[in-house]
Amino acid sequence: MPPETTAAPVHPAPDVIHNIGYRSYGGARLGRAYARRSLYSQSLRGAYGLGRSAKSKILPMLLFAVMCVPAAIVVAVAVFTKMNHLPLEYTRYAIYLQAVIGLFLAAQAPQSVSRDLRFKTVPLYFSRPIERVDYVVAKFAAMTTALFVLTAAPLVTLYAGALLAKLDFVDQTKGFAQGLVSVALLSLLFAGLGLVVAALTPRRGFGVAAVIAVLTISYGAVGTIQGIALNTDNTQIISWLGLFSPITLIDGVQTAFLSATTSFPGGHGPGTGAGVVYLLVLLAAVAGSYGLLTARYRKAGL
Amino acid sequence: MFNSTVARLTYRALLGRRRALILFALPALLIVLSALVRALTGADDQTAVNVLGGFALATMVPLIGVIAGTGAIGPEIDDGSVVYLLAKPLKRSTITITKLIVAIGVTVTFSAIPTLIAGFLLNGNSQQIAVAYAVAAAVASVAYSAIFLLLGTVTRHAVVAGLVYALVWESLFGNLVPGARTLSVQQWALALAQKIGADGTITSDVGLPTALVLLAGVTAAATWFAVTKLRSLTLAGEE
Repeated sequence: MPPETTAAPVHPAPDVIHNIGYRSYGGARLGRAYARRSLYSQSLRGAYGLGRSAKSKILPMLLFAVMCVPAAIVVAVAVFTKMNHLPLEYTRYAIYLQAVIGLFLAAQAPQSVSRDLRFKTVPLYFSRPIERVDYVVAKFAAMTTALFVLTAAPLVTLYAGALLAKLDFVDQTKGFAQGLVSVALLSLLFAGLGLVVAALTPRRGFGVAAVIAVLTISYGAVGTIQGIALNTDNTQIISWLGLFSPITLIDGVQTAFLSATTSFPGGHGPGTGAGVVYLLVLLAAVAGSYGLLTARYRKAGL
Repeated sequence: MFNSTVARLTYRALLGRRRALILFALPALLIVLSALVRALTGADDQTAVNVLGGFALATMVPLIGVIAGTGAIGPEIDDGSVVYLLAKPLKRSTITITKLIVAIGVTVTFSAIPTLIAGFLLNGNSQQIAVAYAVAAAVASVAYSAIFLLLGTVTRHAVVAGLVYALVWESLFGNLVPGARTLSVQQWALALAQKIGADGTITSDVGLPTALVLLAGVTAAATWFAVTKLRSLTLAGEE
């Protein structure tokens, strides 16, 4: 409708100096939930480079491929050598490929949050009808989903291959379900840690290094001390040391509750009692990273 | 070849604000870890080799090298402020070499010195293990700084590329494919450590002459290529 045809107000407001014909927005207002959903889907797409330049698709897609290829190989080996079980447990897969998961998180978590801080676009988000908590929830959920897609896709490959190879259905379904629970926990934990570290710095490159440092240094330190504890027959302490790095935390939880085989040195994984502590620490870490993110965005961009 | 203003700017970019925290946190963790291990097991040469070789040289030195090497030039290219530096009447080679010297200085300070302290904490430098690993860390720092500074000028994703090299190539392929170990900065540095340490304590897959030639060659080539790259630098758009 052109501006001339709008019905002119009979009594123009007295404080209008010059009416240049701007119209107010009369369409549907989609509201807070819609904005939150959009932020979630855009962040999720962004984590895989969808809707971004071709160059930024390379790394996530490459890592996704690297994540899935070993599963395809395992399935092929299992089918052709007619094994009666998969040579690799579902719960073990993510532990073996933790470097790939770490790189994906390190590359994509800063991409998701650091750039908003650096280009000062955070205030623009909050000029929409979303609250700070919506931003945190959307980014957290998007990163978790991205990691879940990355870690669950190879498990689906393994499961599909196992069924095609006519392995025991009940057995495989149970293992697959346990694997899915384990990678869901892993995705939550890693997404939380990665986003907290990445949200501390507006520099993307520095965020990448900081995320990978948190993951590898803690794992390296825990692995070193565990190895030494094994050499000195201090086996009691090995199962507790796993609490101090993200991937060994996941390993401990799935060893205690998801009938996984531990990758701790000497196979000294936590029992059910210690497993409860592992689960509590894991949940506390997820909740804590959510709390830290909320605290961070209370001030960010002002 | 060296400009003190560029050096000061680079130094502040590397150690300003939170960046310094991670650079202090890594060596502090190494020293705490060593003290813990010493308290747990007492002085033991094999343990010292495990901690210094597995944690200090394999994980900490490359990480600090990535942070310092790419951090010396990457962020400036990333946000475009490098044009103000390049517009000054300075040779591009002077800028690159100054930044490299600062990066090497920071990496050596934050990796070799803590390695030495950790070595003394672990076994009091018995069989020269502490000195051997400190020298290896210092030498590796020089090569890592040059390589990662080059990466910083070549790609916007220098940190990721550097980490892929440090983690995937040196750790993963280095463990699986024996040939990959010949082409690893870590093994070259270990060759030097092998020479310094007492017989049979430290082993490397590369002979000392090969290692020294490769170290010097890679450092020189990376520096030369970084200079060339900066000479013809074009600023790409965002993404």
